[in-house]
Amino acid sequence: MLFSVNVFSALQQIFQYQFMQHAFEAGTIISVVAGIIGYLVVLRRTSFAAHAYAEIGFAGAAGSALAGINPLFGLLSASTIAGFGIAVLGNRATQRDVEIGSVLAFALGLGLLFISLYKGYATEAYSILFGEILGISGSSVLITLAVSVLILIAAALVYRPILFASLDEDVAEAKGMRTLLLGVIFMVLLAASVSIAIQVTGVLLIFALMVTPAATAIRLTKKPMYAVAIAAIISLFATWTGLFIAFYQPYPVSFFITSIVFGLYLIVRFIYRK
Amino acid sequence: MRIGITHKIETQREIVIARNLTVGYKGKTVWKEANFSINRGEFVAVIGPNGAGKTTMFRMLLGLQKPLSGTLDVFGARPRRGSQRIGYVPQRHTIDNETNIECIELVRLAFSGNKWGFSLSRREEKKAAFDALEAVGARELANKSLSSLSGGELQRVYLAEALVSNPEMLLLDEPLSNLDIRRVKELVGLVNRTVRSRNVTAFLVAHDINPLIQFLDKVIYVANGKVATGKPEQVLTSKRLTALYETDVEVLRDSKGNIVIVGAEDQGIDDHHEDEMDVI
Repeated sequence: MLFSVNVFSALQQIFQYQFMQHAFEAGTIISVVAGIIGYLVVLRRTSFAAHAYAEIGFAGAAGSALAGINPLFGLLSASTIAGFGIAVLGNRATQRDVEIGSVLAFALGLGLLFISLYKGYATEAYSILFGEILGISGSSVLITLAVSVLILIAAALVYRPILFASLDEDVAEAKGMRTLLLGVIFMVLLAASVSIAIQVTGVLLIFALMVTPAATAIRLTKKPMYAVAIAAIISLFATWTGLFIAFYQPYPVSFFITSIVFGLYLIVRFIYRK
Repeated sequence: MRIGITHKIETQREIVIARNLTVGYKGKTVWKEANFSINRGEFVAVIGPNGAGKTTMFRMLLGLQKPLSGTLDVFGARPRRGSQRIGYVPQRHTIDNETNIECIELVRLAFSGNKWGFSLSRREEKKAAFDALEAVGARELANKSLSSLSGGELQRVYLAEALVSNPEMLLLDEPLSNLDIRRVKELVGLVNRTVRSRNVTAFLVAHDINPLIQFLDKVIYVANGKVATGKPEQVLTSKRLTALYETDVEVLRDSKGNIVIVGAEDQGIDDHHEDEMDVI
């Protein structure tokens, strides 16, 4: 037996370690946020933008690591500014793949420069790119919590109009709704969510929490609120299970999380049919 | 309506009035000097070739675009974006066969989606949405996914979406395209019943006037930078259109009374990206 069959005593054992506590705390908060925002990402088909924010955030994180600041700050500010920038170009600008692609390639190059200037080259880059949930500090958990609370409050306020504007933008515009403003708010919320989710999955695996669970959920239910809940539950399940397995195995947590999420997606995509 | 209508009420009957209305974008006129008025409860078809400016007409009525010159009055005032008195069904929707969301949600959002925060009156919202679906004979589609609907069903749901806020005017942009002849007849009949039973004014953009013509009060014919408006039998004549366009335009009728207009489309102003027969 690689790990105890008794989950309860196993969890007791796991929570003796502070880094595991932090990992579970951050993982839980982030999964909920990712589920909620992820549904809108799938509905608005802005997953490419989500990916771009992650990579632009990488440049910010690498830059602030170089400057000796908590990389989370760099991550948050770079991707939020990018989110604002892309959104004010116009709602439909988010679908301009070529522009977004060009900017993200440049951001990635910039991040590479910062990382190479930074002494802790390999590990720092590695953890930003692929996630290092086991290395989340107590202060990062607090920042994550604070940012998540802000995201959730804002999301609760604007979810209905954004949902409608995502579903039927022209009608929303004709009804006098400020679709551009809603687009900006959404992009900023998305950028902030991506920034905190990067701690779990890393820049390159951001879809594992921001896209795949919601894409799975949207196939399971026709009701938006249920879909949001299911997406959050899938993220939670994957994060918790991934952490649990990784505690006993020498393999990276991100691998387990992405595998669980992808496995569920495949099952729903090909086996479950209405 | 009671007898002895005062002059004031009489003028209010005209809910859309265009005077020397010229529209377009910077440096490009789409159509100019249109004069027309539309009364409450009229069923109006907006027809003409692609790119002639039919959707521009809707953008004007919705207050999304300002005239280059002339004036447009809607409900006795300049059009203002976000009027709850207008129900709009655009030509393109972001909804497709991937949108796994039940119909009732869309209709509900059209009722209250402009409000911030959580909804506090779910029951009232649901009732309004069900009533709107009922009105278009789509009650049974309420819990079906938008992704699973046929073209005709989707158009009925969009009509419910437009009706949910109880508008006095409906703007329907090409609802008949992509429907087969039977569905076209059904939808036109439904729009006509809606117009008559609710006394709403409906503008319907279409390529082909023939399935509509028996129900229409007025037609707005937009082509070649000009607009002709009036009763179909007055507007759609060779003489009238030839005079308007200063070129030979022929209105042909077949044995069943179907109309084909030949000539006016040749000098369309822009957007000739689709080679479509301008059979109207």
